[in-house]
Amino acid sequence: MTRTDRIETLKAIAKERILVLDGSWGVMIQRRDLSEADFRGERFAAHNTQLKGNNDILCLTRPDIIADLHDQYFASGADISETNTFSATVIAQDDYSLNAQDVRDLNLAGARLAREAADRWTAKTPDKPRFAAGSIGPLNKMLSMSSDVNNPGARTVTFDQVYEAYKDQIRALHEGGVDLFLIETITDTLNCKAAIKAILDLQDEGYEPLPIWISGTITDRSGRTLSGQTAEAFWNSVKHAKPFAIGFNCALGADLMRPHIAELARIADTLVAAYPNAGLPNAMGQYDEEPHETAHALSDWAKDGIVNIVGGCCGTTPEHIACVARDVAGIPTRAIPERPKAMRLAGLEPFELV
Amino acid sequence: MTRPVFVNIGERTNVTGSAKFRKLIVDGDYAAALDVARQQVEAGASVIDVNMDEGLLDSKAAMVTFLNLMVAEPDIARVPVMIDSSKWEVIEAGLKCVQGRSIVNSISLKEGEDKFIEQATLCLRYGAAVVVMAFDEQGQADTAARKIAICKRAYDVLVGKVGFPPEDIIFDPNIFAVATGIDEHNNYAVDFIEATRAIKAQLPMARVSGGVSNVSFSFRGNEPVRRAIHGVFLYHAIAAGMDMGIVNAGDLPVYDDIDAELREAVEDVILNRAKNHSPTERLVELAPKYKGDKGAERVVDLKWREGTVGERLTHALVHGVTEFIEADTEEARLAAERPLHVIEGPLMDGMNVVGDLFGSGKMFLPQVVKSARVMKQAVAWLLPYMEAEKEGKPREFAGRILMATVKGDVHDIGKNIVGVVLACNNYEVIDLGVMVPADRILDEAVKNKVDIVGLSGLITPSLDEMAFVAAEMERRGFSIPLLIGGATTSRTHTAVKIEPRYKAGSTTYVLDASRAVGVVSGLLSPTEKDRLQAETRAEYGKVREQYARGQDNKKRTPLPEARANRFPINWGGELAKPTFLGTRTYPNYDLNELVKFIDWSPFFSSWELVGRYPDILTDDVVGKAARDLFTDAEVMLEKIVAERWFTASGVVGFWPANADEDDVIVWTDETRTTELARFHTLRQQMAKSGDKANLALADFVAPTGQGADYIGAFAVTAGLGEAEVIARFKAAGDDYSAIMASALADRLAEAFAEALHYKVRTALWPYAPDEAFDVDALIAEQYRGIRPAPGYPAQPDHTEKATLFRLLDATAATGMELTESFAMTPPAAVSGLYFAHPDSHYFGVGKIERDQVADYTRRKGWDLKTAERWLSPILNYEP
Repeated sequence: MTRTDRIETLKAIAKERILVLDGSWGVMIQRRDLSEADFRGERFAAHNTQLKGNNDILCLTRPDIIADLHDQYFASGADISETNTFSATVIAQDDYSLNAQDVRDLNLAGARLAREAADRWTAKTPDKPRFAAGSIGPLNKMLSMSSDVNNPGARTVTFDQVYEAYKDQIRALHEGGVDLFLIETITDTLNCKAAIKAILDLQDEGYEPLPIWISGTITDRSGRTLSGQTAEAFWNSVKHAKPFAIGFNCALGADLMRPHIAELARIADTLVAAYPNAGLPNAMGQYDEEPHETAHALSDWAKDGIVNIVGGCCGTTPEHIACVARDVAGIPTRAIPERPKAMRLAGLEPFELV
Repeated sequence: MTRPVFVNIGERTNVTGSAKFRKLIVDGDYAAALDVARQQVEAGASVIDVNMDEGLLDSKAAMVTFLNLMVAEPDIARVPVMIDSSKWEVIEAGLKCVQGRSIVNSISLKEGEDKFIEQATLCLRYGAAVVVMAFDEQGQADTAARKIAICKRAYDVLVGKVGFPPEDIIFDPNIFAVATGIDEHNNYAVDFIEATRAIKAQLPMARVSGGVSNVSFSFRGNEPVRRAIHGVFLYHAIAAGMDMGIVNAGDLPVYDDIDAELREAVEDVILNRAKNHSPTERLVELAPKYKGDKGAERVVDLKWREGTVGERLTHALVHGVTEFIEADTEEARLAAERPLHVIEGPLMDGMNVVGDLFGSGKMFLPQVVKSARVMKQAVAWLLPYMEAEKEGKPREFAGRILMATVKGDVHDIGKNIVGVVLACNNYEVIDLGVMVPADRILDEAVKNKVDIVGLSGLITPSLDEMAFVAAEMERRGFSIPLLIGGATTSRTHTAVKIEPRYKAGSTTYVLDASRAVGVVSGLLSPTEKDRLQAETRAEYGKVREQYARGQDNKKRTPLPEARANRFPINWGGELAKPTFLGTRTYPNYDLNELVKFIDWSPFFSSWELVGRYPDILTDDVVGKAARDLFTDAEVMLEKIVAERWFTASGVVGFWPANADEDDVIVWTDETRTTELARFHTLRQQMAKSGDKANLALADFVAPTGQGADYIGAFAVTAGLGEAEVIARFKAAGDDYSAIMASALADRLAEAFAEALHYKVRTALWPYAPDEAFDVDALIAEQYRGIRPAPGYPAQPDHTEKATLFRLLDATAATGMELTESFAMTPPAAVSGLYFAHPDSHYFGVGKIERDQVADYTRRKGWDLKTAERWLSPILNYEP
């Protein structure tokens, strides 16, 4: 199957049933209790800073672990698995002193590992094709937030720098073979808009258009993104990407995320996706929510017709995904609403002129 | 017919339209410029137009600066922005600053179709709607026919070639000035209105907008006439389909309110209705007559002053306004039979409103403390009259509460806040201050016949002292309720260590000031009291059981095994050397230098506003309270710095040092033969998995013989002079400012520690000479090395501060002292040790076992009982 065929297949399946994304990578990697040497591998044996904790680098230094995680998630019933490239931009990897070539190699390797795993599983279960989503995470530097308490206008990074960093990542993910892009855990919509522009501009350079999935993060009970937008303002601000899917992930468990997903289900004329955390962390920073609890919440959403794609974020495991996949199977997917044409703008809050 | 929706776009943030705004931007006064934007939003602008096209300005830089600043103002940033410039590069720079979906104003066919398509495509990629001016290669369209033709052409290109959504296209068919005296201009308003009607009819989904104030340009200087012209013009343009306009939001006259004679004259001009005279001449003649009323200058809204005296007092209390309080109180006193009735009547009514708003989450702590300030001033006004009235019966309080920070502890911000909140709710509060010994607390309780005793403390040794006070209350036969609060206290500690010692009365843990009134009123209520006390007792019994169950499971690693699993560091190689050995004093440190090192998040939590700075300022719920508080804090901080309210003094020292098992030996000199002092550290004994170590701070220093290592130490305070400032505010009845000053002194002390640590890393012990200054990174502790303080998780033993102070000679160097519980005075103070190794990091020692306590007792030269007293918060067993 060519990538073009796979994209058509993905869009066709999305019309028929609820799709399942994989779960958390952090907790699964943490469980391996890896040492600094694991993270360094041969390539970075003499690297000048600590690399432990840089999960993305495992794409190059412990590809066996990453391939195994893709396998575990596909085995548990996920339709889509994400590349292990959440922080693979020159800006985020600057913390680990990785250069542009290292970062490009990370993305290429991450994309290939996900591509190979998806193809392996598609061959194994041809009636259930699998897909690789290129993970494009947030940055440690934000375009809408000040970096200096004394100067609310200060920024440590420019739009153009963010744009270039994302463009390099997106180009490598594309070349490495992903089926779609997943801009996720968006804390600052302006950073996301830079990534969107990078994707659209690369199409001008001849890169085949891939579906875009945009997943924001509502950080707390305020019901706002970290940069202050409401769910509707967020949707208005990114809808120009004509995304394949829009949704939220991370920060909240299913119970607290539900109203925001319901809001998107009402206003977004595209697929709605949700992958919450396994509840809120306990005092020790661990997630207690059991697989059947997560599955129960998400299958309720499915029954209420507010989601098209579900999965898990922090604290979820292959067991969670297995339960989710089992429980949403057979539930009809959300019907995409027709919305009246209107000029829709946004500041921190939405503006609509019908 | 219902009038269609009309969108107000605020025009005052436009340098070409507002001389005032232009001056602010040229002068770089962005704070005042933001106020202009805020005023527009408050007045009802749904979108604000930002334009920086001015010859003297770097327009691109001004656009970026203004938009970046605006994002930090949630009450402005909530609306979308219209990025307005005639230069595309300025527009694009603006698009790179806004996270929301904006309107670009404007693009046109002026430079041909290719340029137009290129800019429209970029608008799509950035995600913006667009204003298209009726302008083409031939110039700006003036007649209705040309306006319509150009807009139609532009629409076809956008929708047909670019794929632009038609609902995101706004046409600006050019509003030009009428009544200029030039006959060709007379039909301009009609041309606009007709073009609008045609565009709306022929171009599906497209919108029409325009810059309204242009139309009245010839009447500059006569605001009333200009407003009338705008009102009439909009009335007709909106009826024709105009959707939005750039206007002075909040300053649009209602068509029907315009004086009939003026309205008719204006209407003739706008609609170009030539009767038997020239409409322009008629309006020009009429205009001076209306110039007189200079449009109401907006002033502070004092409408509330028109209410009854009771309403005014309530307003002043709720909004924290002190300006009129004495006059209003006096008015109420003259009307009342007795001065006391003013307190028990209107003032308490007002405070009840405050209490209800606070209780229902509509007011927040800083606002309540401000209300208390107003209340205090009112009571102070009445006091002389009440005293003059000898035979009068005293004020009736809801109860009398004694509060104190226990012996050895000096922290009282939280306690003061609780006191203010209780006083606001008509409780009489007797505050004994800080470092109050148990016998004095109890003597005063008896003497004043108090109803409740409240204890507060911040440092861990205070926990023991509170348990002691509880035991003393039992011994002396008290039965009144005891309340426990403060940063280190907890429900578990209260249930396990305090409550069992005071069986004759009830003990209740109070989480924060917002709970205080509920707890106190419940405990003093004749009907609720017994039930509440029984409930608390049962609850704490359960907490104790859970705690006991938890204890059994906490397996500890024997000390020798834990030591064998120390944090591994390969000590080969050169270790960084400080630039001097011994101590260096920094007396009278520049406060201004410290301001940029302030971490504001803890400041808000000291006021019980939860959230991270700066996000807290934009929080839906507490954002307003946080912003007001922050504004007050900034004003006071400026005064603190400018008028040198506080003196900051610090001392830092470095010595050759080596680890000896879990101790760190401090040597007199580089020969490393004579011990100058010895720091004792404690080791984690929790079970560790994988390659995780059982840490002790000593692990971060090279053991004897394995390298020439060093250790540093520091003690800083920013609180010299704080006590006087606070006393001054309290004497004036201004608790709000007293608490504020105290909270700011704390922040400055922490900032001082941060600033000094930065100086140490980059200059004094330059192991990270190239570290850039980044306050976020500092707050997130993203730098090499640590500065743990005795009494905190990495070394929970407060008594180590004695060694630290002796080495630094801190009292002589800075005026700081230690109490018997090893709290530092003044309270705005920080001290600690410096570890430089790149692998050094913060951790918590956690609970420790008998074997380590015995070992530590020996190393400290203590007896076991003393050791168990100082280490009681971390013992893994009941002694």
